[in-house]
Amino acid sequence: MRYLPKSDSERRQMLEACGVASPEELFSHLPEAVRLKRPLDLPPGISEYEIVDYFRQRAAENANGYASFLGAGVYSHFRPVLVDSVVSRGEFLTSYTPYQAEISQGTLTAIFEFQTMICQLTGMDVANASMYDGSTAVPEAVSMAVRSTGKKRVLIARSVHPEYREVLRTYARHQGMPVEGFGYLPEAGTIDLEDLDRKTDDVTAAVVVQSPNFFGIVDKVKAAAEIAHRRGALLIVVFTEAVSLGLLEPPADADIVAGELQSFAISPSYGGPYAGVIATREKFIRQMPGRLVGQTTDSRGNRAFCLTLSTREQHIRREKATSNICTNQALIALMATVLMTVYGKQGLRELAQQNLAKAHYLAGRLSPRFSGRFFNEFVVRASKPDEINKALLKKKIIGGLPLGRFYPELADSMLLCATEMSRRADMDVVAEVLA
Amino acid sequence: MITKVRPHLSQNEALLFERSSPGKIAYQLPALDVPPVDPAEALGAENVRSEIPGFPEVSEVEAIRHFTRLSTWNYAIDHGMYPLGSCTMKYNPRINELVARIEGLAWAHPYQPEALAQGSMEVMARLEAALAEIAGMDAVTLQPAAGAHGELTGILLIRALLEKRGNPRKKILIPDSAHGTNPATAAIAGYAVENIASSATGVLDVAALAQLVDRDVAALMVTNPNTLGVFEENIVQAAEILHAKGAMLYMDGANMNALVGIARPGDFGVDVLHLNLHKTFSTPHGGGGPGAGPVAVKKAFEPFLPVPRLKRSGKKWAYDYRRKRSIGRVRAFYGNFGVLVRALAYILAHGGPGLRNATVDAVLNAVYIRKKLEPYFDLPYASPNMHEVVFSDERQAKLGVRTGDLAKRLIDYGFHPYTVSFPLIVHGALMIEPTETEGKLELDQFIEAMISIAKEVETDPQLVKNAPYGTRTSRVDEVTAARKPVLRWRPS
Amino acid sequence: MYPDNFRYTKEHEWVLVEGDTGTIGITDHAQQELGDIVYVDLPKVGVRIELGKSLGSVESVKAVSDIYAPLSGEVTEINTLLTDAPEKLNQDPHGVAWLVKIHLSAPAEIQNLMSAADYQTYVGAEK
Repeated sequence: MRYLPKSDSERRQMLEACGVASPEELFSHLPEAVRLKRPLDLPPGISEYEIVDYFRQRAAENANGYASFLGAGVYSHFRPVLVDSVVSRGEFLTSYTPYQAEISQGTLTAIFEFQTMICQLTGMDVANASMYDGSTAVPEAVSMAVRSTGKKRVLIARSVHPEYREVLRTYARHQGMPVEGFGYLPEAGTIDLEDLDRKTDDVTAAVVVQSPNFFGIVDKVKAAAEIAHRRGALLIVVFTEAVSLGLLEPPADADIVAGELQSFAISPSYGGPYAGVIATREKFIRQMPGRLVGQTTDSRGNRAFCLTLSTREQHIRREKATSNICTNQALIALMATVLMTVYGKQGLRELAQQNLAKAHYLAGRLSPRFSGRFFNEFVVRASKPDEINKALLKKKIIGGLPLGRFYPELADSMLLCATEMSRRADMDVVAEVLA
Repeated sequence: MITKVRPHLSQNEALLFERSSPGKIAYQLPALDVPPVDPAEALGAENVRSEIPGFPEVSEVEAIRHFTRLSTWNYAIDHGMYPLGSCTMKYNPRINELVARIEGLAWAHPYQPEALAQGSMEVMARLEAALAEIAGMDAVTLQPAAGAHGELTGILLIRALLEKRGNPRKKILIPDSAHGTNPATAAIAGYAVENIASSATGVLDVAALAQLVDRDVAALMVTNPNTLGVFEENIVQAAEILHAKGAMLYMDGANMNALVGIARPGDFGVDVLHLNLHKTFSTPHGGGGPGAGPVAVKKAFEPFLPVPRLKRSGKKWAYDYRRKRSIGRVRAFYGNFGVLVRALAYILAHGGPGLRNATVDAVLNAVYIRKKLEPYFDLPYASPNMHEVVFSDERQAKLGVRTGDLAKRLIDYGFHPYTVSFPLIVHGALMIEPTETEGKLELDQFIEAMISIAKEVETDPQLVKNAPYGTRTSRVDEVTAARKPVLRWRPS
Repeated sequence: MYPDNFRYTKEHEWVLVEGDTGTIGITDHAQQELGDIVYVDLPKVGVRIELGKSLGSVESVKAVSDIYAPLSGEVTEINTLLTDAPEKLNQDPHGVAWLVKIHLSAPAEIQNLMSAADYQTYVGAEK
């Protein structure tokens, strides 16, 4: 078999060196009761060509050649060709976690650059080397707030991605962390500040908002911060559309930013793998979960990088760790790093401007349901969203996300997203069908 | 004599920000086919940022050179063996990369209509079935993003079942040889951790277990084979002790590479386990992730699995969201699909008999290393080892040289170090796992290197203590990095 | 090596009792075992600490060690020198790198502690 680099004669030599007559003897010490006495019920191995064929067939059973107007936390953006050129290099793809700094300076340097760029984008002091994804970054950020404030209660806006809120509930349930929602204004689509103010109290550890929020609307981060800080709670700001940071003012009033970087050259890939990130203020460094890369020197005085502040982590602190996380999404974060490099200061802004233009063109031909300012996603009324989407599918277009599944009060609406990849002609068709 | 490596010039490279110049670009977007929009008008002037301070501005050539140069400073599986214990650093098949990038799979949006996602759903269903068969379990969730995430999911599943039975209980037993994620996970799931010491032969002490298991114990978390590479011979008995008191047996599947096709956790009493696709199932580590940590369970836990579940609806796949007992979601969407594709490709390539052969080779490689190195390094536990072997630095420590030093010297010989100082129950541990994708030549070079280093310790301990010598950087100052953390670049 | 006027615990903490004030630190043996110290986590002023329970921790690059209270009391002062210069704990663990001062709540607890001579024997034996 092509992945097993031993010839039969080599196996024989090795068995002899082990003082064993046959490979089966290597397992003779296992108790009878545990041995599997039949072959695995799986078909025999197949060739490379058959493997490709299998997956090509599966791919053909998915959507192919459709224009898509889905956003809702996963966005279609161009992937610069350099991204795969870089991450396909064996030295990045097949390397291990950089615990041995002397032979991992490539990974460590790239992560240090990643951490820096995330700080620059979000306006925070420090960023970690990535979390599994945006949805799990939220409970991690909340845990940070709970640890830092010594309080337990969490308030989360209903306009935060509904699946992210579900994940928080799963984590919070067993930590004695009461989680309560607060609403959004039906006209503007921004958070209901009065509702938030009423609900925030002196035992609130964190207020969680998303901007742009799930409806695509730039939310009232500053006002939320005032309310939270007045009561000694921390403000956590979530983002799911990283491209928005190319144009939008970063959340300077946040204590912790928890985000998803899928927009940065990470294939939608039916839901993962993605890369989340947590960025925060200097004072919360020791409460941060996840790996951190720091700058240092070697004994010859050369600049070098290494994993640091490891005592926060599970392999040392065990049950008192800031999190149980071991993996970071290093390769995925590298994709984002390459994208941020390719676009750079100018390009990220231009990319965001194109997104803005496309979405506003489409919105201009429809009428957004909310009055709030939006980036590249917006909500429209559509009396029978499923019917509309059926009609669009016939024209090889995947329409917006019908919101009824997450917001019963918005069952007559859908969430549309347009990015730099959306074509005018397709947007015109969507506008026609929705009219 | 070092035969595997020779010095070689590698390029220096500054940070991106130090290479930046205003106006350099590496991109070009197509022209807009719609009218541009004034950001201040559309978003409100107060919401529009000025430029991103310090963000890089480099050309495409510089970008490619930058990352290429950085890559040459890394060691990787493609270069040679990683003897890292319990990491299972096996070959990452390139076909996996190709199939994961097929457009219909790579561009699939998790919210696209189910009718247009049947291919992805079939892939996931097929993988669930294969993993269930390999693990000897009844149902699998592919949602967890990594091993630790899978552990958390698994413990939450145990809690949910126990709650339904009337008492979630208070503590989880964890062997002192366990990986750090185990106690960290238990704590996050709201359980107290109680350590159980290993026996003199390094395996689970069932007498001690019998004493400790009471109605306050929710589960025992084991790794099997354990972190010494030794099969837990009393595992069936341990399961019986736990089940008699209504407690569960959780298995950390980190060491599945010793068991695939040979023994199935479901057959020896395990109730819930997680698997590491980035270990046993060859998906690439990529410098630290992504991974995936599917959880396999016995039937009783099925109602509690994360939502949604795949179900058959006529001839098609559909998602079942009506799962009243589910523990909820552990992440958005369905799982690290791109990683799942790679793992399935690996399983298809080996097939049933092939997976077993891989296990046999993995164990043969580790036993071979043990035999060859036994004369030179102290072996704290005499029990037969499986896919990994753990030595201690006792002999070398007498001459002032510790496992960490030996590991650094191994770098000069052209290898990545083995796992240093873990498991904690061995003083000065050297934990070595070759995996099945190492050939005899590589193994022999590794063995020669280790023997040579053992000899160096006797003749010139200082040489070993100050290693490595051949790397781009010498040992880095981790102390200053921790005392005065510098976690980002700033302009001077 | 180990000051006569200190009292010691098996977990390698020392305490200097003056009236009803106790100054607490870790011993030279402890700092040697820990290696280069990178961070010290101390309780806030006003916190009540209890004999035998953890009052904070000391970190090296690869390990964390809890500091156990040799006596019970209320924290009245913490040594802010260690915030910026944790290395002082390696350099002068019995002097400038004391950790906290407490107001004793149960002075009789001193009886349970070791004298300098006993501690010297204890760490000699431990090796």
